[in-house]
Amino acid sequence: MISIELGHYLALGGVIFLLGVVGIFLNRKNVIVILMSVELILLSVNINLVAFSTYSNEIAGQIFTFFILTVAAAEAAIGLAIIVSYYRNKGSIRVQDINEMKG
Amino acid sequence: MLAHTIFFYFFSIITVGSALMVIASKNTVHAVFFLILDFISVGCLFIMIGAEFLGMIMLIVYVGAVAVLFLFVVMMLNVAEQKQSWFRGLKSTHIPVGLIVSIIILLEVLVVIGGWKYKANFISIDSIAIDSNFSNTHQLGSVLYTDYIYLFQIAGIILLLSMVGAIVLTYRKREGVKRQSYINQISRESKTSIDIVEAEFNAGVKIDD
Repeated sequence: MISIELGHYLALGGVIFLLGVVGIFLNRKNVIVILMSVELILLSVNINLVAFSTYSNEIAGQIFTFFILTVAAAEAAIGLAIIVSYYRNKGSIRVQDINEMKG
Repeated sequence: MLAHTIFFYFFSIITVGSALMVIASKNTVHAVFFLILDFISVGCLFIMIGAEFLGMIMLIVYVGAVAVLFLFVVMMLNVAEQKQSWFRGLKSTHIPVGLIVSIIILLEVLVVIGGWKYKANFISIDSIAIDSNFSNTHQLGSVLYTDYIYLFQIAGIILLLSMVGAIVLTYRKREGVKRQSYINQISRESKTSIDIVEAEFNAGVKIDD
């Protein structure tokens, strides 16, 4: 019977990471979807760390996952606050409307 | 082992499908719902692999706080009606470049994963091994509050900073809203707050004009 190895979890993390990157690039809608793609990328990192932690019998990977989770929550709060204040000033958060700096 | 295989494929298929729907759905509210489904299934994977405390934290923190925060912002900003399908904008110059870069990243990851060989025995780390006599939460606590105590406190400071930053960014002073000012209330004295006026006979005193 097929047993689930470390490579399965790494492949799952890689697929979710790629979906997050593609979601950042191919976005025509609004900035909130970009923030959600960043959350997906951090989630894939968490999957990798927990899988390595379990399969190498080492608890430190789960500790690092804690800190990534903390940073992800802080990043979501700050990013959403920036989006709210931008929407208050400009009235739109579509990606194609945000071109103030012509970057 | 068979149950492990079946549950892994079940949850990972749900995870990948919902991650695809997060970036592909036109409605932003639906995208947030699929993000919640994604977090829940990854939490189930964590519980299945043996990191049950992290799985529960994933449910509590992500589904209970972060995803609900996203949902609140989506509802507040009225962006659910700003639907726009892909590839419709006329001046879309970043879509082909984004596709090319995404495909290059996919090929790179395929090269890396395809050439992956496991080391024969990579379990030779002798620092902090998982002891099966204690529960997962017990071990995490005994390591997190001793070896990683400085990082733990820095994580708390990061959360405090993000809280202060979010409040400062979204705070605005409105005109015409009466607020309670404690310092004015406390520093008020009878000399400055009582006026003695001469009242004319049969005319009264007009106050509060």
